[in-house]
Amino acid sequence: MLTIRNLRGGYGRIEVLHGVSLSVRRGEVVALVGANGAGKSTLLKAVSGLLPQWTGEVLFDGRPLQGKKPPEIVALGVGLVPEGRWIFPPMSVVDNLRLGAYLRLRRGDHKGVEEELERVYELFPILAERRRQPAGILSGGEQQMLAMGRALMTRPRMLLLDEPTTGLAPLLVEKIFQIIARLRDESLTFLLVEQNAQGALALADRGYVLETGRMVLQGRARELLEDQEVKRAYLGRDYKEFVEGRV
Amino acid sequence: MSEIVQYLMSGLTAGAIYAVIALGYTLLYNATELVNFAQGEFVMLGSLGLFTFLSVLGWPLWAAFPAVTLVVGLLGVVLERLAIRPVKKPEPITLIIITVGASIFLRGLAMLLWGKDPHSVPGFAAAAPIRVLGAAIMPQSLWILAVVGLLMGGLHLFSKHTLTGKAMEACAIHRSGAWILGIPSDRMAQLAFAMSAALGGIGGIIISPITMAGYDMGTMLGLKGFCAAMLGGLGSHWGAVVGGLLLGVLESLGVGFFSSGIKDAIAFLLLLAILMARPSGLLGPKAVTRF
Repeated sequence: MLTIRNLRGGYGRIEVLHGVSLSVRRGEVVALVGANGAGKSTLLKAVSGLLPQWTGEVLFDGRPLQGKKPPEIVALGVGLVPEGRWIFPPMSVVDNLRLGAYLRLRRGDHKGVEEELERVYELFPILAERRRQPAGILSGGEQQMLAMGRALMTRPRMLLLDEPTTGLAPLLVEKIFQIIARLRDESLTFLLVEQNAQGALALADRGYVLETGRMVLQGRARELLEDQEVKRAYLGRDYKEFVEGRV
Repeated sequence: MSEIVQYLMSGLTAGAIYAVIALGYTLLYNATELVNFAQGEFVMLGSLGLFTFLSVLGWPLWAAFPAVTLVVGLLGVVLERLAIRPVKKPEPITLIIITVGASIFLRGLAMLLWGKDPHSVPGFAAAAPIRVLGAAIMPQSLWILAVVGLLMGGLHLFSKHTLTGKAMEACAIHRSGAWILGIPSDRMAQLAFAMSAALGGIGGIIISPITMAGYDMGTMLGLKGFCAAMLGGLGSHWGAVVGGLLLGVLESLGVGFFSSGIKDAIAFLLLLAILMARPSGLLGPKAVTRF
């Protein structure tokens, strides 16, 4: 569904991604893990059209995304939940959600949008409870759900999630992962960027490990979870345990 | 008594004009976080444009009003296209200086086109003043108040109850956040420029029968409108109206009870006072931000 070949890009003269390749098949959850500054968010920005300049090839459903602006990419069916959430704090929760369906509302599909809204409320009941309140007064976890709900309102076929669980309480983290699993069962495809490598790889079908702009590892998520290198670098295992485990 | 009514009425008239100009600032600021110091020149272009359409081309008022509004609105788009959008690094200070430059340019252009002498524009209806409580009220004042009232209502509906209005606000709050939802933020900025310029133009149209239309009228009106917008709280529609009316009435009372010499000083004293005491303005948005 998504194919990235030899992607290079960055900010100004600083290249962050040095030729990265990755693929996501339909209905898969693919986890992209790596330390801070590895280029995970930059990769998502390139796919969603927010990175002004990059080279290489990014294909979605076989269509090249090079040169496309975010609204065109959204229209193709790629949704982004950015790390900073980027919600509209003074606006009500329901207005935030509705703006997610901007393109369809423009086309006059009010009925479809209402149905989608009900679906999002069913996934995140707390948003239904607080639909009239300004988004800015929601808690961090609720804002994350709002950002996900809003991205779902664009009716994506593939969702790019940038660290959806960072800074959330463990209970909420579990809830977010449950929702991702449920949406996958409803045939949504995910590219999931996480620092919480353990949680992300436990959920994902396949995984990639990005290190300072290069893919260093890839494979089935379960195998990556067992990989000594991944364990040492990203899963927070004690170095001693790692060394002894090897011996 | 009749004096006070007279002052209040002329104050409200002037204030309504300031309010329209302030709405132009507010609308653009809301959508792009930019303060356009060429706003006053759109007022001037509205006035001179009306003069041209009415007195030179001989159009009737009902056709000239929308035509001038449209032309000034288009000029706003042209300004955005030629002077604002090509800027590589859109720092606020750069953009503000560009708008100041645009203002000087437009004033010079208007001087070449229309000359240095002010032109008179006929009133919208019968010229005989109406007497209310011993005060003489110009019919034009009622026109001005009616137009401003309609504009306010229209803008309120637009920003709170239409998709485009909300999308425009969303762009102002978080440009990229709106972009990734499919909202074309560049088109929204363009629309904001058009609407804001058109508002300035309308201000110029309705004021022209009172003040005469001249190439240099825009600077002071633009600054007064800016004072009104700041007074009410930049970014708030109702604030712009309250600020405008308050400024107009205070000016008029100051002129009536003290001296006509302090008229312009009042606006800027108020601006200084509000900046020191309450920079967010009387009705300024107490922004809900929590990330």
